[in-house]
Amino acid sequence: MEFAELIKTPRVDNVVLHRPFYPAVEGTLCLTGHHLILSSRRQDDAEELWLLHSNIDSIEKRFVGSLGTIIIKCKDLRIIQLDIPGMEECLNIASSIEALSTLDSVTLMYPFFYRPMFEVVEDGWRSFLPEQEFELLSSVTDEWRLSCINKEFSVCPSYPPVVIVPKSIDDEALRKVAMFRHGSRFPVLSYYHKKNGMVMMRSSQPLTGTNGRRCKEDEKLINATLRAGKRGYIIDTRSLNVAQQARAKGGGFEQEAHYPQWRRIHKSIERFNILQESLIKLVEACNDQSHNMDRWLSKLEASNWLTHIKEILTAACLAAQCIDREGASVLVHGTEGTDSTLQVTSLAQIILDPRCRTIRGFESLVVREWLQAGHPFQQRCAQSAYSNSKQKWEAPVFLLFLDCVWQILRQFPCSFEFSEHFLIMLFEHTYASQFGTFLGNNENERSKLKLQQKTMSLWSWVNRPQELSKYKNPLFEANSLVIWPSVAPQSLQLWEGVFLRWNRSSKFLDEAYEEMVTLIEYNKQLKAKVNALRRKLAELETDDRMQENL
Amino acid sequence: MEHITTPKVENVKLLDRYTNRKAANGTLYLTATHLIYVDASAEVRKETWILHHHIATVEKLPLTTAGCPLLIHCKNFHVAHFVIGQERDCHEVYTSLLKLSQPVKPEDLYAFSYNPKMSKDNREIGWKLIDLKVDYQRMGIPNDYWEITDANKDYEVCNTYPPEIVVPRAANKATVIGSSRFRSRGRIPVLSYLYKENNAAICRCSQPLSGFSARCLEDEQMLQAIREANPGSPFMYVVDTRPKLNAIANRAAGKGYENEDNYDNIRFKFIGIENIHVMRNSLQKLREVCETKSPSMSDFLTGLENSGWLRHIKAVMDAGVFLAKAVKDEKASVLVHCSDGWDRTAQVCSLASLLLDPFYRTFKGFMVLIEKEWIAMGHKFSHRCGHLDGDPKEVSPVFTQFIECVWQLMQQFPCTFEFNERFLLEIHDHVYSCQFGNFLGTCHKEREDLKIFEKTHSLWPFLLQKKQEFRNPLYRGFTAYKELQPNTLPFSFQFWCGMYNRFDKGMHPKQCVLDHLLSCMSQKMKLEDNASELENKLPFLDGPLPTEACSFPKMGSASKTPMLNTPQDYEGEPPPVLTNGTAVGDVEVMSDVDQKNKENLSKHQDPHDLKDAFGVLDSEAKDGKPQHP
Repeated sequence: MEFAELIKTPRVDNVVLHRPFYPAVEGTLCLTGHHLILSSRRQDDAEELWLLHSNIDSIEKRFVGSLGTIIIKCKDLRIIQLDIPGMEECLNIASSIEALSTLDSVTLMYPFFYRPMFEVVEDGWRSFLPEQEFELLSSVTDEWRLSCINKEFSVCPSYPPVVIVPKSIDDEALRKVAMFRHGSRFPVLSYYHKKNGMVMMRSSQPLTGTNGRRCKEDEKLINATLRAGKRGYIIDTRSLNVAQQARAKGGGFEQEAHYPQWRRIHKSIERFNILQESLIKLVEACNDQSHNMDRWLSKLEASNWLTHIKEILTAACLAAQCIDREGASVLVHGTEGTDSTLQVTSLAQIILDPRCRTIRGFESLVVREWLQAGHPFQQRCAQSAYSNSKQKWEAPVFLLFLDCVWQILRQFPCSFEFSEHFLIMLFEHTYASQFGTFLGNNENERSKLKLQQKTMSLWSWVNRPQELSKYKNPLFEANSLVIWPSVAPQSLQLWEGVFLRWNRSSKFLDEAYEEMVTLIEYNKQLKAKVNALRRKLAELETDDRMQENL
Repeated sequence: MEHITTPKVENVKLLDRYTNRKAANGTLYLTATHLIYVDASAEVRKETWILHHHIATVEKLPLTTAGCPLLIHCKNFHVAHFVIGQERDCHEVYTSLLKLSQPVKPEDLYAFSYNPKMSKDNREIGWKLIDLKVDYQRMGIPNDYWEITDANKDYEVCNTYPPEIVVPRAANKATVIGSSRFRSRGRIPVLSYLYKENNAAICRCSQPLSGFSARCLEDEQMLQAIREANPGSPFMYVVDTRPKLNAIANRAAGKGYENEDNYDNIRFKFIGIENIHVMRNSLQKLREVCETKSPSMSDFLTGLENSGWLRHIKAVMDAGVFLAKAVKDEKASVLVHCSDGWDRTAQVCSLASLLLDPFYRTFKGFMVLIEKEWIAMGHKFSHRCGHLDGDPKEVSPVFTQFIECVWQLMQQFPCTFEFNERFLLEIHDHVYSCQFGNFLGTCHKEREDLKIFEKTHSLWPFLLQKKQEFRNPLYRGFTAYKELQPNTLPFSFQFWCGMYNRFDKGMHPKQCVLDHLLSCMSQKMKLEDNASELENKLPFLDGPLPTEACSFPKMGSASKTPMLNTPQDYEGEPPPVLTNGTAVGDVEVMSDVDQKNKENLSKHQDPHDLKDAFGVLDSEAKDGKPQHP
């Protein structure tokens, strides 16, 4: 397909752009296959706007006489307005944008066309391999093995080719367990807690059905992770009700009788359209310009966004508590094990493992627990808060995870190597990006799309020092402690950096941030200077002494 | 002290209201000024100090098997829940506290016995630290239009105003006296703030005694004089900060508001801030929300909304912003009043000054602002704060709201204030503590009668001594920002956890950026000294120094910022009794923060025993309800 077919009017002059925080500007609008570009007539011919079509969530058009107006609502929650002279031009532009922003083929997406202008120092596609992760694990325990059972994605389509499983369980047993778990997502290792050797595993629901089917291999597999005489905890991310209902559809949960060494805890975390609705309501509330405080608070409450945040964090804290404080191993699952399960396992790791609070460690966590673990990014992030389509599979699951990380970051501002900006950047790239990282729904799809060969990895870009420096937290002081966030409503806040980003100027907050960086940097330089002076002095004194000795 | 019958009670439990930990066990002492609780069960000595004056209510709850519960609510939002073994002891402590917390005679207030061992001279110098005349000079007063008059030196114009007031030069004595007869309690229009750049002024007064049709020539002349003192503007605003209905209702009592027809070139406007009773009830509701045990998000947000608290904060802020805009953008003078002109008027005028003038955002300036708009102009601290046993309907969090508005501004403009949040909390504490004379009584005349300038100490020098801990490390200096234009859309207002849940340490960020930056500041000074000292030792050194990267602290080294860091109440539901010991690993990070905090050391959480939670799980499984935290 040629993009040109979709672009009836590639260029319109005298278009006026309105967007948050800038005065309206007039310029020339150009449409390309992947971008909407507006350049003004300023001397430097600067581009005022360079917007990926895939970032467009919805558009509205209005006419006053022959002046058309297109309101573009973006997936990053920004709203911009274009005033286009000429009804035909406006209609053409609108229909082109509509078509280009909803391309149905992944291979037409920008990452397949993007040619990087930077030198690739490290190929991000090879930065976080499961083999490396396993090597780290092997240095502390020999109870686990790397299984290639899923090499051709033949056992579980949403799992990566290699997974980490208990050493005592062979591939044959794994095949049987896979038959017993929803979507064949058999229990695999998610996290090993070095401090006490306890582990967190994740899977999907067991297919017990109404007649209480059981699978000896499944029981054996998860029991293999328990120490003698120790109990484990199964955290089911559904309410008991929902879990019970799932039996009617062939799903279910682990029966006490068959898993006597495990205690099951139900922690209800919402899914799918309930989360999407929540996002839509929240963004609608944030965009409400009315001066009515009661209305704001009631809309904020009704969106339930912060309720979801609290639920997810609470479940993650509970998992972490079981591992660290109870000295017990944990298995986490919901239904498919691709959404709430991953929220819980990844957040628990942030709480428990200081490595996950570094930039590289966090990237690795995103790769392991989200991309390789088969969170269907493409489905979940197809549309954002302004979409009208009510597709069941769209849901801000990953955004909720990022929000939870932000909440922990806010409570432990010195414990993370990265700043809020890093999280916001990830949010943007999951919805629209020039990089291939978040395309596809699992490793299987990514491999079929040949993303590694055909697109650039986000990590190749981000991990260059000059880019990385933008995301560093000036307050960071590594600490090896477990960090326990508060989940009291008073401790949880609206994530302004994402949800109010386009509704209020951040000038004064940015200045405060700069001030903080300056203070800390200045101190570092002073320290270096004092050290250098001391060394110099010591050297001179040694020289003097040596001369005296001569 | 005659009120103390039982100075010491042993075996008293202090319950932790927010987490389900085992209660502390210790000894409770009553002194002349404080209730002190010493936790004997803790490994490190932990003390909880509660100033008698800070106690808002004491309640004896029904007897339980554990003993007799005593619930204390403090004016600074501290809540302490004791359980005393013997009913008799409990009753005696209860009766003592009732009397101690609500003295009848002013001389029983702490300030009259507080003795910091300071020389008489220093004490007197302390009272002279803030001189309002200097602030008027700063505004350029006296000038061609305004003068400082002693017309009120014997309180004959108004007994709740200070002896010296600023009025237009054009208003002669007859005008002043005449106007005072037409204003509620004689609180005539006087200058609050003059915006030097354009001569627009903010003036304040009480409501006119206009009833349905009364008018007063002198009062009309007074307003004209104010308007003409700002030749740049053909009109002036008269702002009534009350809701219109309230103002209309006042007309029946012979009070009311200005009739636009009677005053030349005024623009009259209602702003709609609710009265002290509404505010008191609102705070009560907010307190209840903050004290709810394990609330859901929805409970909390709904409760916050229903309390109306943030709506009122926004109303006060909106009014302040309106004043500042009128003065700066429209170059118009504004006359502000409410009913008596000592509550809402004080909030709004002081907020507008803070928005317009960076001086008031410095340590000194903020003290001046409170002295000028609140203390001197007769905000009835004694009644509003309930210092003495009195009418509970006179109590209202008017000053608390002002302090919160300042905090809200700090959130929006983090580099514009010389001081930090702790300074606000400290001032707020002392407004209620009665430890210093500044906030005693209701007006200047009463403070003179109480001889507070001879018998008590001023708060301000004590605060300045602690400047290092109260400063804002991000402050960009006096000249960096001029007027502030805050965003007043509802989402710009945050719930102030640091005030209303201040003593629930578990809810606060576990690492404090402020502490971190303050230590950076002090480190910076030390390093600068070091550097210059070393440089002096190396006089011949020239050329640039190698700027070597300063080594990052090694992974695993304990953070310098102490953390209060243990699992919270993630179960939500039951109170699992502590069966595990405190986990060893985290103790050392908690202890030294706690040491520092003398006021409240009650927060110290331990991991819960999960097994208890499962008891609930099982019962929950039976009735099949979804389990929500």
